[in-house]
Amino acid sequence: MSIGKTFLATTEYRTVGEVAGPLLFVSKVKGAAYNEMVEIRSSDGSVRYGQVIELHGEMAVVQVFGPTAGLDVDKTNVRFRGEVAKMDCSANLLGRILNGMGQPIDGGPEVFPEEEREINGSPINPWSREEPRDFIQTGVSAIDGLNTLVRGQKLPIFSGAGLPGNELAAQIVKNAKIVGGEEFAIIFAAMGITRREASFFQDSFARSGALERVVFFLNLADDPTVERLQTPRCALTVAEFLAFQHDMQVLVILTDMTNYCEALREISTAREEVPGRRGYPGYMYTDLASIYERAGRIKGKPGSVTQVPILAMPDDDITHPIPDLTGYITEGQIVLSRQLHRRGIFPCIDVLPCLSRLMNLGIGEGRTRGDHRGVADQLYAYYAEGVDLRRLVAIVGEEALTENDRMALKFADAFEQNYLDQKDENRDLEQTLQLGWNLISMMPKDSIKRIKMEYVDKNYNPDKAQEFTASES
Amino acid sequence: MIEGTIAKVSGPVVNAEGMAGAKMYDITRVGDLGLIGEVVRLDGETAIVQVYEDTSGLQVGERVECTEEPLLIELGPGLLSSIYDGIQRRLVDIADEYGDFVVRGVTTQPLRRDRLWKFEAMVERGDEVGPGDVVGEVQETVHITHRIMVPPGMSGRVSEVKEGEFNVDQVVVRLEGGGEIKLHQTWPARVPRPVKEKLNPTVPFITGTRILDTFFPIAQGGYSIIPGGFGTGKTVTETTLAKWADADIVIYIGCGERGNEITEVLAEFPSLIDPKTGVPLMQRTILVANTSNMPVAAREASIYTGITLAEYYRDMGYNVALMADSTSRWGEALREVSGRLEEMPGEEGYPAYLATRLADFYERCGRATCLGSDERPGSITAIGAVSPPGGDFSEPMTQNSLRITGAFWALDTSLAYRRHFPAISWIKSYTLYLDQIEQWYLKNVSEDWRALRDKAMGLLQKEVELQEIVQLVGPDALPDFAKAVLETTRMLREDYLQQFAFSDTDAFCSLRKGYLMLKVILTYYDCLEEALVQGVALRQATEHPIKNEIARMKEISSEEAEERISDLVERVQSELRSLSEW
Repeated sequence: MSIGKTFLATTEYRTVGEVAGPLLFVSKVKGAAYNEMVEIRSSDGSVRYGQVIELHGEMAVVQVFGPTAGLDVDKTNVRFRGEVAKMDCSANLLGRILNGMGQPIDGGPEVFPEEEREINGSPINPWSREEPRDFIQTGVSAIDGLNTLVRGQKLPIFSGAGLPGNELAAQIVKNAKIVGGEEFAIIFAAMGITRREASFFQDSFARSGALERVVFFLNLADDPTVERLQTPRCALTVAEFLAFQHDMQVLVILTDMTNYCEALREISTAREEVPGRRGYPGYMYTDLASIYERAGRIKGKPGSVTQVPILAMPDDDITHPIPDLTGYITEGQIVLSRQLHRRGIFPCIDVLPCLSRLMNLGIGEGRTRGDHRGVADQLYAYYAEGVDLRRLVAIVGEEALTENDRMALKFADAFEQNYLDQKDENRDLEQTLQLGWNLISMMPKDSIKRIKMEYVDKNYNPDKAQEFTASES
Repeated sequence: MIEGTIAKVSGPVVNAEGMAGAKMYDITRVGDLGLIGEVVRLDGETAIVQVYEDTSGLQVGERVECTEEPLLIELGPGLLSSIYDGIQRRLVDIADEYGDFVVRGVTTQPLRRDRLWKFEAMVERGDEVGPGDVVGEVQETVHITHRIMVPPGMSGRVSEVKEGEFNVDQVVVRLEGGGEIKLHQTWPARVPRPVKEKLNPTVPFITGTRILDTFFPIAQGGYSIIPGGFGTGKTVTETTLAKWADADIVIYIGCGERGNEITEVLAEFPSLIDPKTGVPLMQRTILVANTSNMPVAAREASIYTGITLAEYYRDMGYNVALMADSTSRWGEALREVSGRLEEMPGEEGYPAYLATRLADFYERCGRATCLGSDERPGSITAIGAVSPPGGDFSEPMTQNSLRITGAFWALDTSLAYRRHFPAISWIKSYTLYLDQIEQWYLKNVSEDWRALRDKAMGLLQKEVELQEIVQLVGPDALPDFAKAVLETTRMLREDYLQQFAFSDTDAFCSLRKGYLMLKVILTYYDCLEEALVQGVALRQATEHPIKNEIARMKEISSEEAEERISDLVERVQSELRSLSEW
């Protein structure tokens, strides 16, 4: 088949005509292939890597992974490796630490590849996809109860500078389990994050005993920008290999996608492309899709790739191109709120803009519980009402409200303090649903419209709501 | 065959030299892998080709072959319930032959050759036939009769007619002078199929979604757009319409959207039963799936593939619904290729010809008298999702679409946040078809349909004004009559407009059920007003237990609606009136 094609020529050139930003223009090139990998040796002997991003007659434009400092036009030696970027895949990678290009940097033994795979992968045939519908319990009420994650989904966390997106991701990694209890293999791809953030994850995985089932890909803030474009692709190549070759359940954490997009913009600008919104390239949607869409399940295979990308919304702006395009591709989003964070609520998930598109597939009778959907919708309806009323109260005061409105206000407070705020408690689904019913029981029975009557009759119990009403007054 | 060589590679755009004789939009096979591409610009002997597949590994000097034919769509029995990619390759065959991932350079035959179809002729030797005339029929699915038509541009006297079972390649009717009519024909995707005459739309396109059918209906042959930020429910609305809309054939184009969503459609449609015909919905559906990670140029083509399929079934005299999710991804594909061609960018980097292309696409829809001597009418109703960046409707795709389409179903983020679904805004949306189809509603639903609709709309508009006042003075300060309005609009919003797309009983709401539900709520409002005039305390009226029954009337099935909801109308009247008699 065509994919694994290798080229015969591995020729060397010393015909660099121009160096501009991360780009190298090599002339008189024959037989170079589009997207081929390149080795660049500078006059002082140091080696870095690059990739052909445009071919024009005998001119090849090479994007250099790494700094271009020290490269000159007459002595730099460019060797075309005759193949596109590949990743050595092996189950032995679990427990290892790799750099952003997928090479081990932990001083451990050499990895013998079971298979070499092109890092760009190929799109999964939509016909071959299996519908993702297996509930993953994360132990977080706001996710399990209201925005359920399922196996094969891609559900990003929209964080912000200083918000605990990483902490939430670490908690999910620690507690995530599927029905049947099988553990996840974790692929962790760091793009442009600081050493401190990286060690936070390492420590957290070490504490929960997860280290030996994690593959770390580390591209830190001071590592070359361009390398960042390869990191998620290398990581997902390994993820697909483990999921579909070794039948593992794989959870991929990508952090921070904002840094990835910045890198994309940097390269695009260097290539003098027509910029789209806010200077990001017009093809950013397609590029991000080529990463996010590599989540899923395949018919007849037990493995799965589930993605939890993390991104920092610049200035908490959800309409910024990075969260915006991400939201258009991913199957929902978990949004963090600075206001809740300031009030000490953890995880500070702002449930109103959150969504899990695959939730309906993963819940209900036979999967979680028959009343799951209704409880989630009812909680949403009450909470949204309460939040709206807060704005009103700020203007007209609580006295001007009706009795029902006052109850909705109380509900919103109790919801935040009891349902959202759970610190590092690991709640199972039963606990989450029960808590939901207890909160709903604060409200008059006839105002419940989103839940089927049979469930209301069974679970509605004002006595259980007393702890919330009492603590409020 | 024209053969040239690659001179330049930049993303999906390849320049090929030595291509003298190639024409615009000819299909080419690029490189040793034979990647499929299309000529998008000619410059002397250089052809600029947009390649529908990933171009990694192409080298300068590899050969490029021009097939001298444009992108042709194969049209014939066997299309229904198929799933294709953007350039009409059967995804099932690709999976069977090449595995779970879409590999490059593969071709498949869009229609299966191994399947035989029973052909029943409808012409005889010696008959004079012209373009569009039906020469025979094939039973494609239980409910869809596939009409075999004389292709556009062909006519003559019938010299031979065959009966029996044939595959799509076989000739079933011969004409004097050598014309051959096979079970299938081909048509270039980018060229509209001809019709005799375009008609005015007068019949509504019934969707089963209350807010659309009541407030913003469109006509069969109309076009509408659904713009909305992410998470507002574009895809759910599109699939709900694909499931329940009143159409004979549904073409669903997944253009640059999620793979898992296509899977959902694939998993769900075969098990869902069409309420009208009693057969699985999949049997009236064709899917064109070019997900966001599949090549961008094929995404651009997918829209044309879809509309050509739609036109073909329209030509048979069917009412076709075309769902395009999302047209913004198509626009972005256009922008990306335009950028690679180094064209001068227009607004937000989109090419200046964006509006023209959009208009060309939507104008291929509509209601028309088809070619053929029996003057059969057919229609294509198009519903295009638009994904504006940041949910901002001022961007070029939304604005250019708005200039063309007849209805605007705006999705509202704040409604979605509070889980009010479908999150279609009744304030921002509009339709231009209302007057054209009003007569139909008055005749088939009820005489007072329009009056009720306008009254409910008026109340909802009034609510917006009242809410502004409430924001300033609080709800308690409002007079009772204003409170009654708010009470009613709350009921309209929660008990009428909200409709859960995955409900067993309420996912599809018949027009009569919708009408009766509206009648209940407006009767409630009238009685409330009456009671207030009589001096009944507002509280006493609004806390009446019959409200709970109103809240649950959605759960009544469309079949029982006539009886049970009509009964509710009367009970609302009598119970509320009895209050003032106290």
